Order: sequence, then C-alpha cells, then structure tokens
Amino acid sequence: MLLLRQASNRFSEMELTYRVEGGDFAGAGHSSSEVKKVLKQLNIPPEIIKRIVVALYEAEVNIVAHAWRGVIMVEIDTSGIKCILEDEGPGIPEIDKAMEPGWTTASQAVREMGFGAGMGLPNIKKNTDRLEITSEVGVGTRVEFEVLL
Amino acid sequence: MVLSEVAKLSGGIVITSHSNTGVEVDYAFASDLMSDVLTTDIHNLLLITGLSNLQTIRTAEMADIFGIVLVRGKKATEEMKRLANEHGIVIIETEWSMFRVCGALTSAGLKPVF
Repeated sequence: MLLLRQASNRFSEMELTYRVEGGDFAGAGHSSSEVKKVLKQLNIPPEIIKRIVVALYEAEVNIVAHAWRGVIMVEIDTSGIKCILEDEGPGIPEIDKAMEPGWTTASQAVREMGFGAGMGLPNIKKNTDRLEITSEVGVGTRVEFEVLL
Repeated sequence: MVLSEVAKLSGGIVITSHSNTGVEVDYAFASDLMSDVLTTDIHNLLLITGLSNLQTIRTAEMADIFGIVLVRGKKATEEMKRLANEHGIVIIETEWSMFRVCGALTSAGLKPVF
C-alpha cells in the first residue's frame, strides 16, 4: 500500500512510505516496483535506479521472509536516495554473520521463492554507498541505506 | 539476437504479448536463484530459469531484464503473465532442459555474464 505522505513535483522533497506484511510471498516486490516507477518518472539515471531497486527489493524480501511486518520509507532529494526499512520481527542476533555471503536462516518457503541463499545483505551492500543495520532480538531490525546521485 | 529468435532456438513459444519480441539480448544468465540474478549488472540480458513464480518476474523487473525462458515445461501463471505484460517482459516457455537451452543459445552466439 502506498502512503504518499509528502509528494511534490519538486525532485528535492519527496518521501514515500509503504507497508510490508511478513509472509506475503506473492506481494513481495510490490513496494520496490512502485519506487522504481517514481524514480523513472523523476528521470533518475537508469544505472542508479537499478542499484537502488535491487537493494530495496532484497531488503523488502527480507521483511517478507523473516519479519512479521515492516515499513519502508524512501527519501529522495538532490543528493541521493535514502531507504529506511524498519520491521517488527525476530531481529538478527549476529549482524556480522548475516553480512557474510552464504549465511542464512531462511525457510524452505523463502528458498522456493528463489531467495534465502545468504546473498541479500551482501547484495544490498554492493549496490549502495552507505549501509547501516541495527537490530534487537525479539523486537525487530532497521536497515538504512543510501545511493548518492 | 532478438527474443523471437531466442524462442525459436530454444524450442519454445512466447506466451506473453508479442509486442516486445523484437528486443535484443546479447548475454544470458541461467539460474534458479533470484539473488544471484540480481548480482548481474549487464544490459540486454536474457534470464533462463526453472523457477516459475511471481518473484521470477519481479526479479526481471528490478534487474531490467526483458526476456525470460522458463525451462523444462514450467508454466507461467496468469498473474505472472499479467505482471510481465505490464512491464514489457517477454516469457518464453520450453519443454527443453536448462542445459539444452544454454547449449543451443551459446552455440547461436549469446554470451555468458561471468
């Protein structure tokens, strides 16, 4: 669901908010798709769009795969595109391990979607200029990343 | 190579709108792991996969991939076709195995990513 809190034609001040439901495998990627549409309308260079939507899609799939629910916030201004994903969920006990390629706790259902091989967070890191992850076990996870323009 | 030719060379048929079958692809990547597909940063890429679900189409959308070959008799659902058509993505279904499709398309000149 798109909740356009503040939108203007001015590229300098746009903020988009979406809600994501844990376990909604069919809907995973819907928010990233909506963000891609907006970035195309804003004439952001295609190579930047691809980096941001690949990172966002991986992060959105992580909420669907691991959390109970979450919110995606995307802030677009003249310096870059910032994404903040906050979820309520089990949290990540060891973030360093989660960043290691191949490390995963994904269920069979997630693997059947074509994910869950421990590539998501490394892939987000590869595509972004800044990545910060904080997590509290039993409460949730906050992922923030940015691609500079 | 255009996508209509990809369909012919891989023993398949185009099951989405034919409006984009003239799109050119130069490279191909074969995988059932969508995270792996999302690591590619090449244009004009064809995806060859045995994974047939909505995330296959979403992955193609995010990675700017406009052609997907579903191998080994995997069928796209109506929802997958609708999403693919919405984003101008061509789906080709074939009974051939991934190995056979890769061999045929490599012989015909499609290049590997890695």
